[in-house]
Amino acid sequence: MRMFYVFPALVINMMAFAQDDLLNELNKEEQGTQYAFATFKGTRIVNGQSVETKRKGELEFIFSHRFGLINEGAYALWGLDESVTRLGLEYGISDRFGLGIGRTSVDKTFDGYFRYKALRQSNKFPLTVTALGSVYYKTYPRNSESPYPISTEDRLAYGAQLMIARKFSPKLSLQLNPMFIHRNTVDQDVENNDDLALGFAGRYKITKSVALSGEYIFRLNAKENQPPDYVRYDAVGIGIDIETGGHVFQLVFTNTLGMFERYTITETYEDFGAGDIHFGFNITRTFQLGGKR
Amino acid sequence: MTVLLKISSMTNPHYNSFTNRLLPGVLCIFISVTGYAQKYTAVEGVITFFSAATLEDIKADNRKAASVFNAATGDIAFSIPINQFQFEKKLMQEHFNEKYLESEKYPKSTFSGKVEGFSLNAQGVQQVMAKGKLTIHGVTRDVEIPGTIEVQTGSLKMQSKFMVKLEDYSVKIPKLMWQNIAEQVEVTVDLTYKPQ
Repeated sequence: MRMFYVFPALVINMMAFAQDDLLNELNKEEQGTQYAFATFKGTRIVNGQSVETKRKGELEFIFSHRFGLINEGAYALWGLDESVTRLGLEYGISDRFGLGIGRTSVDKTFDGYFRYKALRQSNKFPLTVTALGSVYYKTYPRNSESPYPISTEDRLAYGAQLMIARKFSPKLSLQLNPMFIHRNTVDQDVENNDDLALGFAGRYKITKSVALSGEYIFRLNAKENQPPDYVRYDAVGIGIDIETGGHVFQLVFTNTLGMFERYTITETYEDFGAGDIHFGFNITRTFQLGGKR
Repeated sequence: MTVLLKISSMTNPHYNSFTNRLLPGVLCIFISVTGYAQKYTAVEGVITFFSAATLEDIKADNRKAASVFNAATGDIAFSIPINQFQFEKKLMQEHFNEKYLESEKYPKSTFSGKVEGFSLNAQGVQQVMAKGKLTIHGVTRDVEIPGTIEVQTGSLKMQSKFMVKLEDYSVKIPKLMWQNIAEQVEVTVDLTYKPQ
């Protein structure tokens, strides 16, 4: 007779193994640290740097162009008649540490930098922080063409910056970017050796492959009442990022010709507010060279 | 504890009406114990997806899949963290997570259902059919997935290969990418289970 009590107990036993309970059991397991990814599409937001690093073994080729001023009108084909170019390469030594080099036609300047992602946004930490140290070497004018001698020291400038970003949602990312630039040689009556700036940038994805981005570089210690040749402005940029597989096309509108920090912070001489805007683009292509896991 | 008590009481000479008093209790415990023994957990293995396309074949492996299988009832569940699919090209992996499977929104793919045609006592490779709900990219569909289970000493080996149509799970491929990615991907499951 006792068997009649046993069977309900067995049935309850079996029900405990129902499918959904199995699934719940699996989903209860600890997920571990989940890192945010793709805070920005590329290592540049418009003119400035982003928190992104290349992953180990990835080589990125960056080809950037800035045309003349759009407000030059039809005669100069809205600026398209003239252009400046930067060619750059960046390589990921590890997922968090990268090295880059570039050469810009403005002042025939070479730049080199390292980038290190010190902190990563995750389900346990709210921000990604990347540090970047850079050096700029201006080769124009050549000593043979210069009325006065220019030493190597005179041609060098250095930069240091922190990129602090948060991906608020899959669509929205914002970044704060304190920057420091030291130029060895300047005209001290009208220029600073050391300049500080604070960059504000963000991107918003419109579709899965298209994003809008914006950037404002606010100079913190700009000199006032400058003679006309030395009037400088904050660099502003607006971009549209289009991603297709291994390429990212960024179409940009900006008041600076600078595609490296020394220029964007200290030498931007055109006024976005007055309509002095250049059209341009950054094209990046990423190649996976090695470091496959 | 209960088991020990009951068994030790079996040797107690004061209890001679074994059938009436003890058998139901012992039986109940015995069956629930075997019930546990028939619950298997995936301990190792890989879930792979493969897509053949004109420009390049795309392949990714996931070794972080979790699965439980109840060999007594046939109930089975899978939970697969999408961001653990490892691609050879990391940029492709980023796109897979960011654009196609949207792993921030839908971090896991799951399957829960029942395996039909399996017997724990049968020898060799058994052809089985798993019927249940497959969830990918937040879309749940009723599916029937063929596969095999082989009972090995102390473990079960489960293998399956099936096609997933991206459109069925609202995985949209941007037009510029269409040549790169096939409309269907082949999913391969190869897992080894051990009793819990």
